Amino acid sequence: MSVLVIAEHDNSSIKPSTLPTITAARALDSDVHVLVAGAGSDEAASAAGKIHGISKVLHCDDAAYEHGLAENMGQLIAKIAPDYSHILAPASFFGKNILPRAAALVDVQQISDVSAIEGADTFVRPIYAGNGFETVQISDTPKMLTIRTTGFDPVKSEGGSAPVENIDSADDTGLTEFVSRELTKSERPELTAADIIISGGRGLASGENFEKLIEPIADKLSAAIGASRAAVDAGYVPNDYQVGQTGKIVAPNLYIAVGISGAIQHLAGMKDSKVIVAINKDEEAPIFQISDYGLVGDLFEILPELDKALSA
Amino acid sequence: MKIIVPVKRVIDAYVTVRVKADQTGVETANVKMSMNPFCEIAVEEAIRLKEAGKADEVIAVTAGPAQCQETLRAAMAMGADRAILIQTDDELQPLAVAKLLKAVVDKENPEIVMLGKQAIDGDHNQTGQMLSALLGWGVAAFASKIECGDDNVTVTREIDGGLETLKLKLPAVITTDLRLNEPRYASLPNIMKAKKKQLDTMTPDELGVDIAPRFKTLKVTEPPERQAGIMVDSVSDLVEKLRNEAKVI
Ligand SMILES: Cc1cc2nc3c(=O)[nH]c(=O)nc-3n(C[C@H](O)[C@H](O)[C@H](O)COP(=O)(O)OP(=O)(O)OC[C@H]3O[C@@H](n4cnc5c(N)ncnc54)[C@H](O)[C@@H]3O)c2cc1C
Ligand SMILES: Nc1ncnc2c1ncn2[C@@H]1O[C@H](COP(=O)(O)O)[C@@H](O)[C@H]1O
Repeated sequence: MSVLVIAEHDNSSIKPSTLPTITAARALDSDVHVLVAGAGSDEAASAAGKIHGISKVLHCDDAAYEHGLAENMGQLIAKIAPDYSHILAPASFFGKNILPRAAALVDVQQISDVSAIEGADTFVRPIYAGNGFETVQISDTPKMLTIRTTGFDPVKSEGGSAPVENIDSADDTGLTEFVSRELTKSERPELTAADIIISGGRGLASGENFEKLIEPIADKLSAAIGASRAAVDAGYVPNDYQVGQTGKIVAPNLYIAVGISGAIQHLAGMKDSKVIVAINKDEEAPIFQISDYGLVGDLFEILPELDKALSA
Repeated sequence: MKIIVPVKRVIDAYVTVRVKADQTGVETANVKMSMNPFCEIAVEEAIRLKEAGKADEVIAVTAGPAQCQETLRAAMAMGADRAILIQTDDELQPLAVAKLLKAVVDKENPEIVMLGKQAIDGDHNQTGQMLSALLGWGVAAFASKIECGDDNVTVTREIDGGLETLKLKLPAVITTDLRLNEPRYASLPNIMKAKKKQLDTMTPDELGVDIAPRFKTLKVTEPPERQAGIMVDSVSDLVEKLRNEAKVI
């Protein structure tokens, strides 16, 4: 039987989170199908067809799927579930929202946040904010998994030529009405796909300081900007900047934590970064225990200096 | 309007959790237990809806061992009116919890079930979404703002790139994110009062729910250790190391 990956997309392009999910799927079976359910989503479907390493795109185009509502997506996934041994979605807010709904409809216990695949029925996943990893074995079929995207390298988004097959809609459940969506506009790379991230914490003390001190450095490094929960709660930056147990899970080549103490819930979201830099005025800050390069000092002096040094 | 709030007893968020040497799980002996932080937010929101005159009864429900009574008392001390314990010592996985909660919902007929988005022990983030499917109700997961109408509820929810607003027909399931509210501390008089509030106990058997686990935990291991690196003295030293040693910029 084949493996199905639920694509995360915006009706015109495929989101980067889909690509590592396909890598995980390929570790299970070489026959990987990708579901693109949307409205006015031809572009997304043909983009999916170009992804390397998949054998078919299932395209369901219906107004019911325009906004990826959990009720309608769940219904559709449950309908095609019997054709698959495994169904995977990225463990993004998108995947976490829709897949458990589908799993319950087909009476399957989902496995969340899979970070490694040990066999067709055996998976590794973090628990307690990454303080432990459990290896679980599940007998349910199909096996429904959300995939921690930092655990798998992305497949190439180009070079493939999978056919696109149109499939029937499972119709609108009519339970929920989409009202609006406010997306944070940014020219910067997406947090979960960025090579370099610079994150600020409570130490930044204001949103203006993010603009004044963090943004110029992010510009020079082509980095994404992240934040601790404290910085988000204080209103310095929008909620989707949050890195951590309950925010985004990231693993860039370089993560620069500025004015962040290093609470376990924050570390849960960035501990797998390749190189970690910590800038903090408190030499006892726990963040230094996991950083590769630590610099003790006042961020209000260090950041302007760093900005200058990067221009040199 | 009646609101059911499922709450879970977990290791306190500020305890450093340690994996047991024999890899069977994590240390729980003599460890501080608390209400899951997201469930506290759900209780708080339900109580606020009651205080605003939108809801008239808030019922806290938990499934787990006898000690979970503490968690239910804590919810009642915050302001929940009564509580239900579905008592079992067996392991509960999210699908089983969702089935137990469905059985309670079928008896109580609430308009809203408000859960935490995630329990910080297993970090599954599934139960609310699953319950909504079993009930055939709409769901708004990761809520950061809730406005109750007469036969509908408008919820702003956190999504990958920002925020989304949905309008759900009632009855509906909502799961709470961190920014929805800041939960209150229970006052001493309210803690005393909570001791006298109604707490009913039932069992999975009585509810006719099969809670057999679907996955088996083969082992629990420590996360890969990350070694502390070096401290640098200056910005120029840092930039030099990032360029020439780590080669990441
Ligand atoms: C259930 C739950 C889930 C959570 N999820 C998350 C999550 O997903 N992500 C997350 O980040 N947190 C999360 N938290 C919160 C977490 O526990 C911490 O409270 C939070 O990470 C702290 O943010 P912070 O490091 O910015 O603030 P603080 O801990 O206050 O640290 C600020 C740091 O800035 C330093 N500083 C101050 N001024 C300067 C200066 N001028 N120069 C240099 N350094 C300075 C200080 O020395 C300090 O180390 C969660 C908590 C709970 C209970
Ligand atoms: N044993 C339980 N009893 C009551 N509610 C629970 C239980 N387990 C999970 N929940 C609810 O489901 C939410 C999400 O849990 P989870 O899906 O395990 O991450 C929690 O915040 C609770 O509201």
